[in-house]
Amino acid sequence: GPAGTPGRGHSPSAPESESENRLDGETASDSESKSEFGGSSPVPTSDDTPEVLNRALSNLSSRWKNWWVRGILTLAMITFFFIIIYLGPMVLMTIVMCVQIKCFHEIITIGYNVYHSYDLPWFRTLSWHLQLYFLLCVNYFFYGETVTDYFFTLVQREEPLRILSKYHRFISFALYLTGFCMFVLSLVKKHYRLQFYMFGWTHVTLLIVVTQSHLIIHNLFEGMIWFIVPISCVICNDIMAYMFGFFFGRTPLIKLSPKKTWEGFIGGFFSTVLFGLLVSVHGSRAGPEGALCVFVQRTVRMYPFQIHSIALSTFASLIGPFGGFFASGFKRAFKIKDFANTIPGHGGIMDRFDCQYLMATFVNVYIASFIRGPNPSKLIQQFLTLRPEQQLHIFNTLKAHLVDRGVLASLEDA
Amino acid sequence: MSARRRRRAATEPEEEEEEEEEGAGSDKEVDLEERLHELDLRGDSDIPDVPPPTDSTPEILKKALSGLSARWKNWWIRGILSLAMISGFFLIIYLGSFMLMLLVLSIQVKCYHEIITIGYRVYHSYDLPWFRSLSWYFLLCVNYFFYGETVADYFATFVQRREQLQFLIRYHRFISFALYLTGFCMFVLSLVKKHYRLQFYMFAWTHVTLLITVTQSHLVIQNLFEGMIWFLVPISSVICNDITAYIFGFFFGRTPLIKLSPKKTWEGFIGGFFSTVVFGFIFSYFLAQHQYFVCPVEYNSETNRFVTECEPSELFQMKKYSVPPLLQAVLGWETVNMYPFQLHSFALSTFASLIGPFGGFFASGFKRAFKIKDFADTIPGHGGIMDRFDCQYLMATFVHVYITSFIRGPNPSKLLKQLLILQPEQQLSVYKTLKSHLIEKGILQPSLRG
Repeated sequence: GPAGTPGRGHSPSAPESESENRLDGETASDSESKSEFGGSSPVPTSDDTPEVLNRALSNLSSRWKNWWVRGILTLAMITFFFIIIYLGPMVLMTIVMCVQIKCFHEIITIGYNVYHSYDLPWFRTLSWHLQLYFLLCVNYFFYGETVTDYFFTLVQREEPLRILSKYHRFISFALYLTGFCMFVLSLVKKHYRLQFYMFGWTHVTLLIVVTQSHLIIHNLFEGMIWFIVPISCVICNDIMAYMFGFFFGRTPLIKLSPKKTWEGFIGGFFSTVLFGLLVSVHGSRAGPEGALCVFVQRTVRMYPFQIHSIALSTFASLIGPFGGFFASGFKRAFKIKDFANTIPGHGGIMDRFDCQYLMATFVNVYIASFIRGPNPSKLIQQFLTLRPEQQLHIFNTLKAHLVDRGVLASLEDA
Repeated sequence: MSARRRRRAATEPEEEEEEEEEGAGSDKEVDLEERLHELDLRGDSDIPDVPPPTDSTPEILKKALSGLSARWKNWWIRGILSLAMISGFFLIIYLGSFMLMLLVLSIQVKCYHEIITIGYRVYHSYDLPWFRSLSWYFLLCVNYFFYGETVADYFATFVQRREQLQFLIRYHRFISFALYLTGFCMFVLSLVKKHYRLQFYMFAWTHVTLLITVTQSHLVIQNLFEGMIWFLVPISSVICNDITAYIFGFFFGRTPLIKLSPKKTWEGFIGGFFSTVVFGFIFSYFLAQHQYFVCPVEYNSETNRFVTECEPSELFQMKKYSVPPLLQAVLGWETVNMYPFQLHSFALSTFASLIGPFGGFFASGFKRAFKIKDFADTIPGHGGIMDRFDCQYLMATFVHVYITSFIRGPNPSKLLKQLLILQPEQQLSVYKTLKSHLIEKGILQPSLRG
C-alpha cells in the first residue's frame, strides 16, 4: 500500500510544483485516507469484547447485546473502583498515574492519526520519544512538588533528596529546556508545520491531562473523601442522566450531543445532589442513622461536609457535562467515534474521564479557597530559610497578633 | 483544481450530507472545511505565502534616505530603529517601575495579538463566530489571575485597608477559575457544526499562546519586583548578544550554525557569547552601586508610590575574592573586589548567549512552518514585537527559576499573611516552634521578651 514507503519523507528539495509534491508521503497518505474515511473513523475499531461475553450473549439481538456489554463493563469498573479505594492511597496514586499515562497516549495517538504521521516512521519515533520525555519532565516536576510538600521530614533527612528538593524547580526547568532544545534541533526542513503541530498538541495534552491528574492527587491527600465524592458524583450523574433520558427523555439538550435531553439533565442533577448528600453522610461517619436524622427532625443536623457536597454535586451535574460536550465536539472535529477502544462498549479511558477533569480542578480550587488554610509545616519550612532579621520581624508580629487575640498571655508563653 | 475536486468526491458521506443540507449559500463554509482538509494533509510546501507585510517606514525616514541604495537603506532603517528602541527603553527605566510594568503589559498584549492574528490567517478563521471575543476574554481572565496573585503579594498593606479588595483577594483563585470556566462553557456552546475542527484549533492556539506570552510576561514582572537589576541585566544581555553576534557574524562569519537560520554562524555565536559575558559583568558592576536598581520594589501606602529603598543585600556589597591560581598568572592580581551579583551575572549572560538563541530558532522554525516572514510589521525594518522578544521569553523564565532557586527565600510578607490566616491553635504551635528555633540560633535571647 502507500503507507510506509521509506525515503518518502526525505524527497530532495526540488522546485515546488504540485506534481512534485505528490511524491511526498503526505499525498500518498491522502489516498490512504480516502479508504480510511470511507467509514466513520480513521482507525477501524476492532471488537475487543472478550470471547466469554460474546458467547454468553450470542443469542440476543445486537442492540440488547450492546446494552448488556455496557452494563456489565460499568459494573466491573465500579467494582474495581471500590477495590482500589479499599486498597488505600498509595494504590490510588498509582492508578491515577496509570490512567493519566493512558489518556495521554490516547490523545497523542489521535494526533498522529489526524496528521497521518504514520507515513513518516522516523518522525513518529522521534516525536514519540520527545513526547514521552516531556511527559516525564512534567510529571517529575509535579511529583517533586507533591513529595516536597507532604513528605517534608523524610526529604530533609536523606541527603540526595534534600538537594533534589531544594533545587527542584531549577532541575525540572533544566530538564524541560533540554527537551525544548532537542525539539528545535530536530526540526526537519519539509515538515516544520507537522512538527510544530505535534509540539503544540503535546503541550496542550500535557496541560489537560497531567496537571489535572496531579490536582486529583492533591485532593486525595486532603482526605479520601475529597477524592471519592467528586468522582462518584460525576459517575452518578452520568448514569442517572442516562436513565432519566432513557425513560423520560424528550427535549434535546444541545446539538453537540443529540442523545442528551433536558429531562436527563435535570433528573441527573437532582439525583446527583441527593446521592452526594447520602455519600457524604456515610463518608463522614459510617452509619445509616445519620441519613435518618436529616429527614426526621425539623432542624436539620448535618455534617458541614454535606453542605460542601451540595456544591460538589451541583458542579458535577451542571458544569461537568460541559467537559463531556467539549470531548464530543473534539471527537466530531477530528472525526473519531471514540478516543480509543480500550474498554469494550465504552471506548477509551478518555471517554470515561472527560467530565472528571473539570471536576478535579474545581475541587482543588474549592479546597484551596474555602476549606484548607495554609499548611503549617510548610510555613515553618519557609520560615527557616529566611534571613535572621526577617525571622525576628515575623516572630514579633505573630507574637503581637497572638497577644491581641488573647491566645497568648502577654508575659508568659504556654 | 482537478485534484481538489477529486478529494472532494472522496470525502466522507457525513461531510457530503452537511453540504447538501446547507444549500447554495454554503460554498464558503464548504470551502473552509475542505481547505482545512488540504492544509492538514499536504506538506509544508504548498501553503501559499501570506502576503508580504506593508512597508510602514515613516515618510521622513524615506525621504532622508532616498539617495542611498536599497541595501544600505535597509541597514540604516534597522540601525535607527534599534537606537530608537534602546533610547525608549532607557527612558522608561528612568520613569520607574510602574511605567515598566505598563510597558511589559502592553508588549504582552501586542505579542498575543500578533500570534493570534497569525492563527487567524493560517486557518482563515476571521469569520468564526465569537472567536475574537473569546480570545480576548481568555487573555483577560489569565491576566486577572496573575495580576491578582501579584497584587495580593506585594500590595498587602494597600489591600488590607479596603474591604471589597479583601473579598476579592481571599477568594481570588475561585473567582478566576469561575471566570475561566465561563469562557470555557461559552466556547462549548459556540461550537458550530461545520467548523468544529477550526474552532478547536483556534482554542488550542489561544491556550498555547497564553501559556507562552502571558505567563512569561508575569515572570518578567516578578523579576522586576525583585529588583530592577534582575530585569535590566537579563534583557540587556539578550539584546547585546543579538547585536554582537550579528556584528561578529558580519565581520568574521564563515561556518553556518544551524540549518534553521542560515544567517547565523559559529563565529557570531562564540563571539557573541564572550562579548555578552563581558558586557554583563561590567554592566552589573555599574548597576549594583545604585539602590534604585538593586532594591526590591515596594509599594509605599502612605505616599501611594513605588519605592526602591533598602539596605542592599549582601549580593550587592563589595567583597574580596581570591583569584584562582590559573587566573592569577594571567591577570597578575591576587584578590579582586567585586560584587557577588557579578558572579550571578555570569550565569545570566551565559544562558542568554547559549540557550536564549534557541528561542530565536524556535521562532524561526515557527515562521517557516507557517510561511510568514515576520510576525507582524509593527516596527519598520524589524518586524513585529514578537520578532524582537522571541529570545527574551526563555530568559525571563530562567531568571525567575534562578532567583527562586538560588537567591530569594520566600516572600516574608506573604508568609506573614498566611500565618495570620491559620487557626489559633495552629498559630500557637507555630509560634512555639519558631521561638525555640530562634532561641537555638541565638537570634532571640531567652531572658528578654524580644
